[in-house]
Amino acid sequence: MATTEKTKAQLDAEFSDLYRQHLRDVYSYSYYRVGNHHDAEDLTEQTFLQAYRHFERAQRESNGRPLRPWLIRIAHNLAANFYRDRSRKPQTAIEDAAVISAPHDTETLVEGREELKAILDGVQKLPDDRREALIMRFALGMDNREIARAMGRSDGATKVLIHRAIRQLEEIVKTTDEEGS
Amino acid sequence: MSNAADFELLLRQALTPVDPPADMPERIEATLVNLTAMAADELEAWELSAMRDPRNWVRPAAAVVVGTTAGAALVVLRARQRRRRPRPNVLDAAEQALKDVYGGARKFLPKH
Repeated sequence: MATTEKTKAQLDAEFSDLYRQHLRDVYSYSYYRVGNHHDAEDLTEQTFLQAYRHFERAQRESNGRPLRPWLIRIAHNLAANFYRDRSRKPQTAIEDAAVISAPHDTETLVEGREELKAILDGVQKLPDDRREALIMRFALGMDNREIARAMGRSDGATKVLIHRAIRQLEEIVKTTDEEGS
Repeated sequence: MSNAADFELLLRQALTPVDPPADMPERIEATLVNLTAMAADELEAWELSAMRDPRNWVRPAAAVVVGTTAGAALVVLRARQRRRRPRPNVLDAAEQALKDVYGGARKFLPKH
């Protein structure tokens, strides 16, 4: 239908909006996946380049639903390739993210730092799918439905996945605390 | 960590969103703009070079074949219709058929 087709200029403008709206989400996700800023930048850039190539189709098939899960899914697939190609695992340097970005005052930061570090270390010990679900929920603020779409699961399965991830993480942190004291 | 709600609050603080480096938005935007411009240039270049490559002539050639066949069929049909009409002599009929063929073919020749 020629009348409903968007011009390239329209598509570019809409992609630009999408990019501005979700750059921080994609970057945060990438950062928590790869564990350092350098690779997170690469991953973010690749994600948007890939998204640009398939944007028109994604818009057509989304039926007006938000495209954030689609973007995160692209980042997820690229991150999986990143590990496969380079045969490496995420680094555990993500404590920097919380320290740099969290809106704490110095005193609270010092008090809470050990606890936050223990949680971040615990996140890295979770199975991939559980870790990803927690990143999407807590770092990106995605709801169950969005996470389900990004991970290609049902809403119910996603709810269970997140619940189990939190419980497992709690256990990991508790065990680490007990071993440390 | 007294209860689940507290733990989730800590988890939210630990997994705080991370801002990209300050120069990153401009850098990615520049890459995308270059990509867009490059795509347009490449498409234009492809259209020109495609017509130079005989392998890319299949579609236009097929269109010409279809057009020519239809044109030829039209010429033959007109000749038959005229053949049914009474003709003064064979030479006139031949001349008329030749005019039909030329007139039909002329429609499919490129205009200068």
